[in-house]
Amino acid sequence: MIGASALGPYLAVVSVRYRMLLQYRAAAFAGMVTQVFWGALKLMVLAAFYAGVSQPAPMRFSDVVAYVWLGQALFALLPWNVDDELALQLRSGNVAVELLRPLDLYAYWFARTLAFRTARTSLRAVPMVALASVVLPLLGLERWALAPPGLASGALFTLSLLLTVLLSTAITMLTQVSLLYTISSEGVLRTMPSLVALLSGMIVPLPLFPEWLQPALALQPFRGVVDVPFRIYSGHIAPLAALGEIAQQLAWFGALCWLGRALLERALRRVVIQGG
Amino acid sequence: MLDGLRMFARLIGVSVRSQLQYRAAFLLACFGQLLNSGIELCGIWALFARFGSLPGWSLAQVAFFFGFANSAFSIADAFGNGFETLGPTQIRTGDFDRILLRPRSVVLQLTARDFALRRVGRLASGVAALLWAGAELGLSWDLARAALFAFAWLSAVCLFCAIIVLHGTISFWTVDSLELMHVLSYGGVETLQYPITIYARWFRRVFTYVVPFACVSYYPLMAVLGVDDPLGSTRGLQMLAPLAGPLFLALSLAVFQLGVRRYTSTGS
Repeated sequence: MIGASALGPYLAVVSVRYRMLLQYRAAAFAGMVTQVFWGALKLMVLAAFYAGVSQPAPMRFSDVVAYVWLGQALFALLPWNVDDELALQLRSGNVAVELLRPLDLYAYWFARTLAFRTARTSLRAVPMVALASVVLPLLGLERWALAPPGLASGALFTLSLLLTVLLSTAITMLTQVSLLYTISSEGVLRTMPSLVALLSGMIVPLPLFPEWLQPALALQPFRGVVDVPFRIYSGHIAPLAALGEIAQQLAWFGALCWLGRALLERALRRVVIQGG
Repeated sequence: MLDGLRMFARLIGVSVRSQLQYRAAFLLACFGQLLNSGIELCGIWALFARFGSLPGWSLAQVAFFFGFANSAFSIADAFGNGFETLGPTQIRTGDFDRILLRPRSVVLQLTARDFALRRVGRLASGVAALLWAGAELGLSWDLARAALFAFAWLSAVCLFCAIIVLHGTISFWTVDSLELMHVLSYGGVETLQYPITIYARWFRRVFTYVVPFACVSYYPLMAVLGVDDPLGSTRGLQMLAPLAGPLFLALSLAVFQLGVRRYTSTGS
């Protein structure tokens, strides 16, 4: 009971932000059409490469299809931008008000950011998955459709996706905390989208990069937001190996949270609130 | 007319100087643009490294398409901000009234508004890809080839401009900006990065007859690259196809004028 009441304010923050962000339905529809277009385009390009392949590729085409559609469905989950309102608070100095709240600042911002990350995603993901897994087969496009996962893969995917949400929020938090150090957020905000897109596997599925790059790609945290869960879904990462990958996601989540919190505390010790 | 052009140059000059005031922010923005298009090229390279080839096309040829699409789009994108943000910044606020009151062409004012110099980042990656691919393919630039390339490139700029003008025009009816149009602008660049033969037939048709992207890129580039078109078009057709770009721009400007005539101030 004590645990629940301690969590209360953070849960309230999540729920309020969530309901606010869900107001933008037209934008969500536009986003959805864009995502379908992008998914179709990517799949046509990859299919063309697969058509000419002579040696066996490191992924089956059906793995690639799942990878691309899940990527389009969960696009908004990627840590490529920051909560604009929070960034504005930092710039305007209103962050002073945040410091007055009797809450743990890292946990409070984490809750806000979690809602920011997941609200738009949930609105987009459900219709996208429905389209890719139900409508496409009905149109006779089975080869391009999102196949349902196996039982073990599905369960592990759910667990992995949960960690994806946490990991993505922790990365976003790190970006937001870095704004306390620079004020002009230009550099981080301009490079982050490209960095995330390339290293997570959104541009090209990571297993399709050259062999000699694989060891380096396997170690970095960004693959935990796209590559790991999507390959678990399609079974490209077998259920047993999945446990190790999920442990890696968890380790990165822990490490990045610790880093974000340490940087936030350090920043707050020397913070100068700009009046005005 | 001449007076209008002088005014245009002046407005662009002011805009450039103001953007250069924040030197570091400007350079980072350019770098962001470079990176943004550079990772796409990275992806193309990775796929070629993994699969060896794309049936019928080499990495250098695809890089040529990539450079062509990105360099042309960067120009349209740099001048197009005024149109793209027309809904939220001008029409909804009622500020468009002021533009109408000035004794200069509306199109000219919107083009000069908010000129985005940072797009040179994308331009740079496009030009670099073109230069590399051109050298790799051993293209000899005689007059005919250079002229056709220039014609196609300018037409592609026209077509991208036309899409952005239409993006703005729609806000006369919807008041807000229609993000859906990004499918045609950003989606267009993404599509043109590969020769259209790799896409499904319905997709090729849309991008040839509805929005004539293939006419300003794929067909003329077949002649520029000196390749026989697997889709079977003749050289004559390939040289005439880019006319679709300026025609589409003229059409979209006409629709824009319709929108201007329809405009009623929101009064806020």
